[in-house]
Amino acid sequence: MDVTDLLQLAIYGVVLGSILTLGAIGVSLLFGILRFSNFAHGDIMTLGAYAAFAVVSTLHAPVWLALPVGMIAGALVSVAADQLVYRRLRRTQPVILLISSFGMALIIRSLVQLVWGPQDRSFVKGIDMPMHFGDLMVSPQQLWILGGTIVIVIAVHLFLTRTRMGKAMRAMSDNMDLARVTGIDAEKVIVWTWALGGALAAAAGVFLALDTRLTPMMGWSALLPIFAAAILGGFGKPYGAIVGGMIIGVASEMSTAVLPPAYKPATAFAVMVIMLVVKPNGLLGARR
Amino acid sequence: MSEHLLDMQSLIGGYGGNDILKGASLTVAQNEIVVIVGPNGAGKSTLMKSAFGLVKIRQGAVIFQGEDITNMRPDLVVRRGMSFVPQEKNVFPSMTVQENLEMGAYLRKDGGAAQQMERIFEIFPRLKERRKQAAGSMSGGERQMVAMGRALMLDPKLILLDEPTAGLSPLFIEQTFERIVEINKLGIGVLMVEQNAKQALEIAHRGYVLAMGRNRFEDTGAGLLANREIAEMFLGG
Repeated sequence: MDVTDLLQLAIYGVVLGSILTLGAIGVSLLFGILRFSNFAHGDIMTLGAYAAFAVVSTLHAPVWLALPVGMIAGALVSVAADQLVYRRLRRTQPVILLISSFGMALIIRSLVQLVWGPQDRSFVKGIDMPMHFGDLMVSPQQLWILGGTIVIVIAVHLFLTRTRMGKAMRAMSDNMDLARVTGIDAEKVIVWTWALGGALAAAAGVFLALDTRLTPMMGWSALLPIFAAAILGGFGKPYGAIVGGMIIGVASEMSTAVLPPAYKPATAFAVMVIMLVVKPNGLLGARR
Repeated sequence: MSEHLLDMQSLIGGYGGNDILKGASLTVAQNEIVVIVGPNGAGKSTLMKSAFGLVKIRQGAVIFQGEDITNMRPDLVVRRGMSFVPQEKNVFPSMTVQENLEMGAYLRKDGGAAQQMERIFEIFPRLKERRKQAAGSMSGGERQMVAMGRALMLDPKLILLDEPTAGLSPLFIEQTFERIVEINKLGIGVLMVEQNAKQALEIAHRGYVLAMGRNRFEDTGAGLLANREIAEMFLGG
């Protein structure tokens, strides 16, 4: 294990971190506004990936063109889940909302299996030759993932800081009661938050499928590291989710230098647990 | 149709469970500063919040500019020209001063927000200096300015202030009262609950003394200050 190998792992880590970041921003935004840990988030990722896959396989469109379709699907299903199920449960105990999102996760996963079957699928057929940079290797897909994530994160940042709706989301996340007495239409902002979170999850799903493969379980297995990333950054802080995603991604991949790869999720959790002990509100979390 | 800006008539209600208000009434005329004082637990804040749809009113009516707004949702009350500044947590801490003010104009569709912000910067020059600073990193007195500025963004007819000087240093208390007078001079009615009753009554046109959810006394600010009985009971001698 030399420096080149570690750098190579760091690159893989940044790629994984990109995927986790996109997932974690959505989880964090939703938690910030609704105080709701959405366990169906991973399966929205899966659904978005399969929706994009449908476009690629039937229309033979390139993946970058299918990505927006997947994101729209993720947004629509998220909003529908909220309007049909979560909205009615919002005034009940948080645990009921949590369990209902478990149920929603199962429903979405089952639908994906029903439509596309349980077998693995892949965006890219055959093997793409990786590009060499000195001794380091990067596949074209990984470059797409990195570039796509950078573009999406910048777009989210501009949305949150420059638009009326984006600012209203931050205001709701800061102080829901004050937002209401200020005249912000909370329900409308909540719908937009679900749409944004769902779209970002779908993008994360497409990128995850691009890096690995499509399986009905792919999003569910990614959910726990995504929560770890969101918690690490400070739950409810979308900017923290970016930092958290990157740290968890890089730490998970780097850990394979000394541990068997099966321990990657364990590494993510170890980082999260240490964080919770040292700084319980997360890296960017404020005092409560 | 009454000539009052705000007319609260024999309100009975609370936050569910026991009633806190037991028949309290209050009016605010156009352009008036009205202060509610009284001992702890008298229902001062509750009475004020009931104008804003934050309290469940079982009996009685809240009339604002001739319209019955009893138990109306806060975001609908705001649209009608009434703003509320809560006592605590009254800013969006992670957002800048300017963004806080922009949120105050969230409902505004006429494009007058930028102009209104300039007007607010005239009242609170400090906010202009600090417009890019996160509201959460400011002192209590500055946060109170941000909160009042936010509430003024819609150019309301009436502003409700819940203990605007709570926890402030004496210097800031004085400044805050000066600003309230200035706001009132713009033609905005002010209804506030205050612990610093003496100072508040000095700037008030009228005041109400509340006890046990009912009206106890009602007079001009000067009249209440001159009243021996009230001074002994509620104003700390």
